[in-house]
Amino acid sequence: MDIFGRLTIESLPFYSAIAASGAAVTVLGALSVAAVITYFGAWRLVVFQWLSSVDHKKIGIMYIMLALVMLVRGFVDAAMMRSQQAIALNSDGYLPPGHFDQIFSSHGTIMIFFMAMPFLSGLINLIMPQQIGSRDVAFPFMNAVSLWLSTAGAALVLISLVIGKFSTAGWTGYPPYSGLEFTPGVGVDYWIWAVLISGFGSTMTGINFLVTIIKCRAPGMTMFRMPLFTWTVFITSVLIIFAFPALTVACAMLALDRTLGMHFFTNGMGGNMMNYINLFWLWGHPEVYILILPAFGVFSEVVAVFSQKRLFGYISLVLATMAIGLLSFTVWLHHFFTMGSSARVNSFFGTMTTIIAVPTGVKVFDWLLTMYRGRIVFKPPLLFTIGFLVTFVIGGLSGVLLALPPIDYLMHNTTFLIAHFHNMIIPGVLFGYLAGYMFWFPKAFGFKLNEKWGTRAFWCWIVGFYVAFMPLYVLGLLGMPRRMEHYEIAAWQPHLIVAAFGAFIILLGMICLGVQLWVSIRDRKEALDLTGDPWNGRSLEWATSSPAAPYNFAVLPKVECRDAWWDMKQRGVAYQRPEKYEDIVMPKNTFAGAVIGAAGFAFGFAMIWWIWWLALLSLAVIGAAIIVRASNDDDEFVMPASEVKAIEDARFAQLAKAPKNAMEGEPGFAGQPAPEPAA
Amino acid sequence: MTVKNARALRWQSCASTILAAAAAAVLCGGCSVLDGPVLSPSGPISLAQRDLLFKAVAIMMIVIVPVFVMAAIFTRRYRGTNRKARYTPNFDFYWPLEIIVWGVPAAIIVWLSLHLWHYTYQLDPYKEIDPSVKPLQVQAIAQDWKWLFVYPEQNIAVVNELAMPVNTPVSIAITSDTAMNSLVIPALGGQIYAMAGMQTRLNLLADKTGTFWGRNVQYSGRGFADQQFRTLAQPPADFDAWVEKVKQSRKALDATAYDALAKPSQKVPVTYFSGVEPGLFDKIIAKYSHGDSDRAPHHVNAGTTD
Repeated sequence: MDIFGRLTIESLPFYSAIAASGAAVTVLGALSVAAVITYFGAWRLVVFQWLSSVDHKKIGIMYIMLALVMLVRGFVDAAMMRSQQAIALNSDGYLPPGHFDQIFSSHGTIMIFFMAMPFLSGLINLIMPQQIGSRDVAFPFMNAVSLWLSTAGAALVLISLVIGKFSTAGWTGYPPYSGLEFTPGVGVDYWIWAVLISGFGSTMTGINFLVTIIKCRAPGMTMFRMPLFTWTVFITSVLIIFAFPALTVACAMLALDRTLGMHFFTNGMGGNMMNYINLFWLWGHPEVYILILPAFGVFSEVVAVFSQKRLFGYISLVLATMAIGLLSFTVWLHHFFTMGSSARVNSFFGTMTTIIAVPTGVKVFDWLLTMYRGRIVFKPPLLFTIGFLVTFVIGGLSGVLLALPPIDYLMHNTTFLIAHFHNMIIPGVLFGYLAGYMFWFPKAFGFKLNEKWGTRAFWCWIVGFYVAFMPLYVLGLLGMPRRMEHYEIAAWQPHLIVAAFGAFIILLGMICLGVQLWVSIRDRKEALDLTGDPWNGRSLEWATSSPAAPYNFAVLPKVECRDAWWDMKQRGVAYQRPEKYEDIVMPKNTFAGAVIGAAGFAFGFAMIWWIWWLALLSLAVIGAAIIVRASNDDDEFVMPASEVKAIEDARFAQLAKAPKNAMEGEPGFAGQPAPEPAA
Repeated sequence: MTVKNARALRWQSCASTILAAAAAAVLCGGCSVLDGPVLSPSGPISLAQRDLLFKAVAIMMIVIVPVFVMAAIFTRRYRGTNRKARYTPNFDFYWPLEIIVWGVPAAIIVWLSLHLWHYTYQLDPYKEIDPSVKPLQVQAIAQDWKWLFVYPEQNIAVVNELAMPVNTPVSIAITSDTAMNSLVIPALGGQIYAMAGMQTRLNLLADKTGTFWGRNVQYSGRGFADQQFRTLAQPPADFDAWVEKVKQSRKALDATAYDALAKPSQKVPVTYFSGVEPGLFDKIIAKYSHGDSDRAPHHVNAGTTD
């Protein structure tokens, strides 16, 4: 009986048709993935080339696949919320009681922890080592562990749809409501352990990226020659390392409250919920910048490449990134001006918050000035960038308004706040990642994504965004609180119907993304990236082949200035065959990462359902995997120079067939990089 | 050439679609939002909050309008197919521009910060509105899922209805007997969290008579959506009559009645209690704070209520 803890047959979702169909979709989704792999007879490839991989590029691709799956799941949640609110005037809507609360909790949790974080880690993994001219990240094995711990967290959120229920305490899990007294079920535990386990992965990712940037740069790649994307990753990694421990501590203490009956955040017995809220936002505010700084980095790369011009104000952009990173730790209290702090405290944190608008504003102007006197080619990544620039300043405006404590007193906890942070996160974070996805896709797979469908996706996303979220600003001014399952004020409904229609347009955007991927894979032969440099790029990731060889660079590049690859093309030293190749030492694949991830998942599941023997067993497995891996000195292999030469010869043969510049013939192409004429 | 034109045309038509959609959204929102509680306030606090909102929006247009203009002009003029536009591929630094892009936002933020400090002190929810007038004391207690308002001076208590005389400051002491809640009356001001074992405070004043809605806006469980109350801002004579009406109630709020009331319940109708157990509010706080002196409110200038 006790062998399954508090897990019983009643935990299966047969109590409501909607919950049961959600579970069915989740299970069928997993089964169809397995079916597809079987159909293609690809199990051997998946298991031995991917699950066990420590290659940063493959890990990056797997991260992004995880992010895209979770994007779909998070979007379904959003669509359900919008449709519920569109009809729930003086009625209970179509969702069973308590279901809406789970949906808003899982939507936020998924989008932040399991869509944005993996997308970010994926893009960075894929590109950053190549941008700094490195063969790998500093700790390839730890990279795999991070991936599989993130996946374990995501799997816990997904499985909560099938076994048991998810949290109703929102993505922030505020106590005392999230304590045992008010939410005794497994929901909050699902949330805690998903966040805790993936948070471990994120912390290690931050350490990995930081060390990589500090220690693995190519010769000549000084800090102030690094591409801006790498700079933003550098600052983001620092933020991850400092911020995530706060989240880990807050969640662990909440878990102690719930599992061992402690009283850190309970109403009575000396507990204090204000401590949780402080700890949570000590992580939570830097987290916003953790997500958005790399997106700023993507915009910086994209705007320069597609304006065919140097990035304007490089030093300013770097300093602004640093300033944002520093300031992000000084503003957390603005998430709870309404907790009763004195005017002195609120004024300080309000002022610090408005100050962040300065470096952010600088960035916006520098990107605009990059386009000034450029030759702009409107590819989908640039469309997302322009859409971001225009839309983001509206979010900045509402953000500064909310930073003024007296206005926050009125607008806090209303849909105005919801509109504000979606106004930052959709155009800022998601558009950035989608721009990066379309920009760097050829680097990952060797062919370009379909531009027509990319453009359609962009227009659906941006129009859908305005139609879905501008009404929420209005509703906030009408006083509508967030998280309302139903309401009695008739004046709200028209706006909620418009917002639901906006969600429908965004659905079209999601479909366009899917079609784009499908069409691009089908027609890949017509969009092959033979040169490895499909956009006439500026930084070193475009110097490798597409997809890049396992070692990225056969010979490490020598960097002499910013825009290193552009400079090499200009000096005519790009694509040069080295005199001789050398042996390259590479990390061996290992299953230890995937084992730790699987055991992490089992541990989380056991802690949620109080299956103590399984918790101990999975901890033992994790410990054993670490010991075995750490005792193994034979974790590298040597790729002989002859093999490197074979791979590189094939590349040069392909280059010989390729056009001199992949952008040649594009309308708006400004010409090859050429030696500058004497002034 | 035709291909290029088609491309530019599509770009423009899409841009105009998006502008039209945005304008439509703003317009259709505009008409009703002006009558909404935030932009059409009924008290000096919410009025000052709205003025700050307008001022801040206006000053920030100095940055935002140029972004829109530059984005529109640059993307059109410097499109790659326009060979007549000047092209300077190496133009990446110009110090007067750097000074402008750092200086102008910084100047705006300095202006804004000064206003921020001024208004934050002026509109501190803990600050008495008019020190020369003794405010009406109310104690608000958040329960699952309703609001209990105790009038200690009148010795009455009301569920889900808050009456106040117009043009008289009201000082509401707030606590919670359940999860964290947040009290707001959008037409008058707010909000402040209600937390168990602690007291927070909200000072308000209605300068127009009327019925305004107020509610909990911090999600607290199943009955959250219906956890709302009516605020009646009345002429003093009507308020006195209201107090008399409540005093007519045969129900009294003793310890037993309170415990029954505090149990979770949804869509609770307005209920009047004549006679309240002495020190009820402090007892509810003490239930959780265990005499922890740190929990005592530090800068209550309205004075404690019993």
